[in-house]
Amino acid sequence: MSIEVEHLTKRFGSFLAVDDVSFRVAPGELVALLGPSGGGKSTILRIIAGLERADSGTVSIGEDRVEHLDARDRRVGFVFQHYALFRHMNVRENIGFGLRVADVKEKERRARVDELLALMGLDGFAERMPAQLSGGQRQRVALARALAPRPRLLLLDEPFAAIDAKVRQELRTWLRALHDETHVTSVFVTHDQEEAFALAERVMILNHGRLEQAGSPTEIVDSPATEFVAQFVADANSLSAEIRGGRAIIGALSIPAPDFPDCRSARVVIRAYELKLWRSDTEAIADVRRVSALGDRVRVDVNIDGGPAMFGHFPRRSGLLEGVTPGSRVALEVTSALIYPVK
Amino acid sequence: MTVQVRASPLRLTLRAAVTAYVGLLAVLPLAALARAGFASGLGSFWASVSSPTAVDALWISVWTALVATVANVVFGTATAWALVRYDFPGRRILDSLVDVPFAMPTLVAGLMIAELIGPASPAGRWLDARGVPIIFTASAIILALMFVTVPFVVRAVQPVLAAIDPAEEEAGRTLGAGPIRIFATVVLPALAPSILSGALQSFSRSLAEFGSIVVVSGNIPHRTLTAPVFIFGQVESGDLSGAAATSLVLLILALLFAVSARAIHTRSPG
Amino acid sequence: MTVTERAERSPTPDPLGMTRAAPAVRHREPRSMQRVLTGVVILYLGVVLIAPIAALLLAAVRLGIPSLLEAVTSDYALSSLNVSLALAAFALLFNGVFGIATALVLVRDRYFLARPIGALLDISLAVSPVMAGLAMLLLFGRGGWLDGFSIFGFRVPFAFPALVLATLFVTLPYVAAECGHMLQEVGTEEEAAASTLGASAWRTFRSVTLPNVKGGLIVGGILTVTRALGEFGAVLVIGGAIAGKTETATTYIYAATEERQHAGAVGMAILLASVSLVSLAIVALFQRTRGSK
Repeated sequence: MSIEVEHLTKRFGSFLAVDDVSFRVAPGELVALLGPSGGGKSTILRIIAGLERADSGTVSIGEDRVEHLDARDRRVGFVFQHYALFRHMNVRENIGFGLRVADVKEKERRARVDELLALMGLDGFAERMPAQLSGGQRQRVALARALAPRPRLLLLDEPFAAIDAKVRQELRTWLRALHDETHVTSVFVTHDQEEAFALAERVMILNHGRLEQAGSPTEIVDSPATEFVAQFVADANSLSAEIRGGRAIIGALSIPAPDFPDCRSARVVIRAYELKLWRSDTEAIADVRRVSALGDRVRVDVNIDGGPAMFGHFPRRSGLLEGVTPGSRVALEVTSALIYPVK
Repeated sequence: MTVQVRASPLRLTLRAAVTAYVGLLAVLPLAALARAGFASGLGSFWASVSSPTAVDALWISVWTALVATVANVVFGTATAWALVRYDFPGRRILDSLVDVPFAMPTLVAGLMIAELIGPASPAGRWLDARGVPIIFTASAIILALMFVTVPFVVRAVQPVLAAIDPAEEEAGRTLGAGPIRIFATVVLPALAPSILSGALQSFSRSLAEFGSIVVVSGNIPHRTLTAPVFIFGQVESGDLSGAAATSLVLLILALLFAVSARAIHTRSPG
Repeated sequence: MTVTERAERSPTPDPLGMTRAAPAVRHREPRSMQRVLTGVVILYLGVVLIAPIAALLLAAVRLGIPSLLEAVTSDYALSSLNVSLALAAFALLFNGVFGIATALVLVRDRYFLARPIGALLDISLAVSPVMAGLAMLLLFGRGGWLDGFSIFGFRVPFAFPALVLATLFVTLPYVAAECGHMLQEVGTEEEAAASTLGASAWRTFRSVTLPNVKGGLIVGGILTVTRALGEFGAVLVIGGAIAGKTETATTYIYAATEERQHAGAVGMAILLASVSLVSLAIVALFQRTRGSK
């Protein structure tokens, strides 16, 4: 079932949580809403589910307009960040709750719950209480509970945020496999770009309630539409520059910017892995301030002569780093930069 | 818990002082009560607590306390609900009013109710004209008990209700459940321990109530004479051992409930 | 939900944390249902709580302030008020000091009698005031264990010492409970720190423990005073309400009702009610500032 939202706007008091957002999710798609905290992504999800009412805008599920429907009538599966399992019911009762509400017969209900328990790898846990389960198991019960009444869509609010890092990886892979099996149109909210890119077919990036960009992970990484997206999706430097004669000038550093007219202030985003540097006495334009080891990578912070500080990431045993220590003079080269004139 | 009062003489002094104080003020009087109750043997104890007046007085105390408690459970939970979840004009004022019976002398509470429904008051005359006078009936006792026990259920439920994660109810909604079903299957089980604890406190307080009842009930034996008022009457007429015997029965009843309330309270979180 | 579960969730980013304020949580039921429920609640509190209070105020207005003032300033009324104030002062003094001591023993010590003492404090709340008076009477009265026991030459029953003892009994738990809560909340770290800095036990108590439980002492003290002023059944039974001698403010009201001295009863009731409301307001104020810390 497809989802279509148009011109969605929502305020909480004077706080604009969602600002004129429109998008469409195709049937069977798995889409991520990605953005920093307070960006409005959870609110959008809650509006689609009917847990929150938009101030204006429309929401359609399939062919139906649903703004006037209460959450209970929308047939949407919702997975909450902290599971929200019914603590007084065991796993079976939790998963079967939606079926019981829909007056599904006991026998049929049992069969469906058993089927989901098997699908979630939760056989043997049917009689446990939520408090007796690990975080990952609770999240799977929450997922099974949402899927049991065969919802038209599945909405997941920060589904892995409360789970520790190692289990999160497993659950991610597992959720992807589950989606490939069930093909329920799914939207999940996350603030973790790695999670969004690993899992979703399409990613929508939200900031301050606005939709900054929607596209496949590759599209977003290769051509970020805005400065915010460019620096949000990767470790990057965001610097002020002046454009003069087809070049962006940042202190002593100069980067080709052939298609841009002259302007006094532009923003240049340089990803950490797009910076090269090497020790040089003749071409040097920067001082090394700090060299820090980050596991398999090395981060080098430099001060550009007459300009701001910036940093780059390098493979641990990169030959370029020979002799690069705090205080040494280095030459810089930027393999690729993203330039956004300030309007 | 680590032992903090390190200096041993100080600790022993404190222990001794507290034990002596509580012993003198609580243990000795209660022991004296027990002694007096059984002073003339089990037979006379039984004779005095099984007299029709005593039995009726105990029974009236129990059933009026039950009615008042059930009313408090229903309306007290509703009050907590509205105070925690709704916003309406006067909410803060009502919220602070709920505590008033905790502080109000019970005799003053009784006087208030006597002023409200007494024969001289407009409400009393109105009720009288319709042939349903409340003053000097069991209804007056129940009204008095409801007044003095208003805070128990409300104050027990309020913090628990405020701490409930709204996501559980939202999950119920997205699964198709309506408000009544969500209340019954999701919210009520979470509130149940606090409601029960408030109810038990309210009940045991009602059993012990004296000041507010004595001025509104008329104290008619077999009809509106409650156990504490009956005990007072026995003291007045010099039957101290009879009073002690009735007291013991009432005390045991009250203790049963107080102890279970404490058990529930310590087990339920928040 | 347990405390730890709640604590766990705070560090995870919750975009709705700021937005899930009042409007989102409220208005969950249909509007009409909210209105009905609110109406029921207002009706309930209106009938059970507000109407009686209003009835007393109306009676006061009907009788007129001058006649109330005259009634409560009669020698008879003033002496009963004096007795009540003296009882409150005794209760505050004794139960204040012993309340802190009890809290320390119950919370900080591993005394084998701690549980029974805690249970006794609970019982004193469940005991009917009439029974409290009766128990004292049986202890100090004719044939009692402490028969003939006198305090400064006064025999106990039907005299002022009897009233003091009964009042102490019914106000026993308040300071102990409030200070106990505070001690538990504060924990032992600060006290441990003070003793590692070489402070003596007394010094630690005076400059660390006592300031920490000050709030509990004040709230517990106010509750003690309120209860002492308002106590009726216990002082009636053991004091006998002898006019000018063991008559307290509450037994004065009772006697005035019995003797149909309406102005005296209503006037004194208004006075006591005002005192309770003021102390309630002070307690609420304290708890609010304590909560907001």
